[in-house]
Amino acid sequence: MDNNILLKIDEITKFFGEHKVLNKASLTVEKGEIVVVLGPSGCGKSTLLRCINGLEDIQGGSISLDGNVITQKDTRWTEIRQKIGMVFQSYDLFPHMTVLQNILLAPLRVQHRKKQDIKEDALKLLERVGLLDKKASYPSELSGGQRQRVAIVRALIMNPEIMLFDEVTAALDPEMVHEVLDVMLDLAKAGMTMVIVTHEMQFAKAIADKIVFMDNGEIVEISKPDIFFNNPQTERSQRFLNKFNYTEKR
Amino acid sequence: MDNMGLGIIFEGNNLLRLLGGLWITIKISFISVFVSIFLGIILGMIMTVNSRIIRVITKIYLEFMRITPQLVLLFVIYFGATKVFGIDIDGQTSAFIVFILWGTAEMGDLVRGAILSIPKHQFESGTALALKKHQVYLYIIIPQTIRRLIPQAINLTTRMIKTTSLIVMIGVVEVLKVGQQIIEANRYTAPDAALWIYGVIFFLYFIVCYPISKAATILEKKWASN
Amino acid sequence: MVDYIKSFDIDFIKQHIPQYVDAAWLTLRIAFIGIALSLIIGLFCSLILHFKVPVIRHIVKGYIELSRNTPLLVQLFFLYFGLPKIGILLDSEHCAYIGLSFLGGSYMAESFRSGIEAIGKIQTESALSLGLSRFQVMLYIVLPQAFSVSLPSLCANVIFLIKETSVFSVVALADLMYVAKDLIGLYYNTDEALLMLVIAYIIILLPISIIAGILEKRLRHG
Repeated sequence: MDNNILLKIDEITKFFGEHKVLNKASLTVEKGEIVVVLGPSGCGKSTLLRCINGLEDIQGGSISLDGNVITQKDTRWTEIRQKIGMVFQSYDLFPHMTVLQNILLAPLRVQHRKKQDIKEDALKLLERVGLLDKKASYPSELSGGQRQRVAIVRALIMNPEIMLFDEVTAALDPEMVHEVLDVMLDLAKAGMTMVIVTHEMQFAKAIADKIVFMDNGEIVEISKPDIFFNNPQTERSQRFLNKFNYTEKR
Repeated sequence: MDNMGLGIIFEGNNLLRLLGGLWITIKISFISVFVSIFLGIILGMIMTVNSRIIRVITKIYLEFMRITPQLVLLFVIYFGATKVFGIDIDGQTSAFIVFILWGTAEMGDLVRGAILSIPKHQFESGTALALKKHQVYLYIIIPQTIRRLIPQAINLTTRMIKTTSLIVMIGVVEVLKVGQQIIEANRYTAPDAALWIYGVIFFLYFIVCYPISKAATILEKKWASN
Repeated sequence: MVDYIKSFDIDFIKQHIPQYVDAAWLTLRIAFIGIALSLIIGLFCSLILHFKVPVIRHIVKGYIELSRNTPLLVQLFFLYFGLPKIGILLDSEHCAYIGLSFLGGSYMAESFRSGIEAIGKIQTESALSLGLSRFQVMLYIVLPQAFSVSLPSLCANVIFLIKETSVFSVVALADLMYVAKDLIGLYYNTDEALLMLVIAYIIILLPISIIAGILEKRLRHG
């Protein structure tokens, strides 16, 4: 077994009622690797992320983290989720708490760390994403981009082994997309393992070590970004890229 | 002295008498609700009129009706009206007066809420089509509010039925009073009659109110989805 | 009308104010304890419904339907006059607490439930993804937000329940209604007794109603 493999998704299948949303999807993510999942809406890419975090149960296959299978009946998700940070599309800050309270909640209540230590960490992270002056603000006082940066900090403070990003810029105004993507690029440079679902093609090309293309609940292609964007290996990914006028831009 | 238990209900025409008492309650509730819906729609429309005086007056009426217990209102009308207006009114009439006054306030508020929930541009586009004010209401506003109002009006009916139980306290012979009479009459032959009679009355109310509330919930769900 | 107002016996009113004050305190005490119990029952019931606890959830549903579809007065008759026949003797005050919380519990449960439902699924999910347990998610994320969403309807329930306490004179509790009936029976000063009764309820309920109105407005705009 390859010691470098952090996350291994092995032929997982997922149904919503009768509808098969994931069909024997397999993927491995190595430590420090940045995987970007692309695909048309409804292709199952968000569901794939949610399965990794146990927000959806699966009907077949398995997922393991650090070599331990995490898709068993007796999985202690509260422990697993501390190792998996996740940021959602939007509006997921807790509106009744300040920025700092949002960030400190999980380390205090889940990890039972000392408030003094984590507060220091939190302030450092806030500074890193340029939001130190917002620590006492409520989410309603922040812009969409600022909220997402806080959401990233809130996940980072748990010292996760891997970060999942589920279309974190999809609900943002265009001028705010950059500030969030910059934070993610910064994380990538720092060596964080990440699985990113996005529609931002330029960004995907710039950040990814590996592109995963999904369609209809299946993983159709896994390639290096320059191969995927310049010379897609399947007809389905070709068609997808054509829609974005991507292949012409070469 | 033998114990009849639940048998007391089926002794003689006891069950029929209880049902007769319940009928009085239901009759008063339904008539009151019916009149209240009618008057409430008018009140609700008046309340959306842009006049400060009307707003203040209706607000006071509404607030008074809402915070005064219905039992207190029943007492005020039943015992008080005689002196103030010099007329002697019986329990049933007092009940009608109180429940219609109260029901109209509740219904009026529901109607007001429903009308205000219609976006302003609906009024404007109606007016822009050169419809007169009453036509805007008749063709545009009222049809849209009805779906929202029907479940609420049905709910008001169950509230009315439950509240009507209070009229026993101003001497109207209804289901509880009939129950008391039966208990009294069988004091020696059925000493535990109170348990059964009141238990049965409890379930009679439930049997009447439950389907009505259920209907309101179903309609609400059905109409909320489209 | 003026003559009518002049006909009020001011001395009678002055003389009996203390009785009303005592009765008002009793009404408030019953209401306070009954409402506190209702809130606890309501919260538990709404959580049981939310988490879809097997079996118990159906019992809770049954309770809510029973409680919401029967009048408090009939519930009280059963408790106070019926139950002693099988050896369960409850004094007036206990009947009042049981009756009010049996009634109020279901109303509070509905308010909490709709508040909890109003909190988006994403809130629960993002809290779960931070490693919080279901219980912690409820405690720190969902309930605080649900509570402020439910506040207007909780206030409406409080007003409703205080009004409902007016029936407790039937179980011989010396509340406001009881005092008024007593005075009417004893002295025939019907108008004065009723006037004081209405005023007493207005003094108790108007401030609560106004606060409820303000809370609702603030919630709608905030």
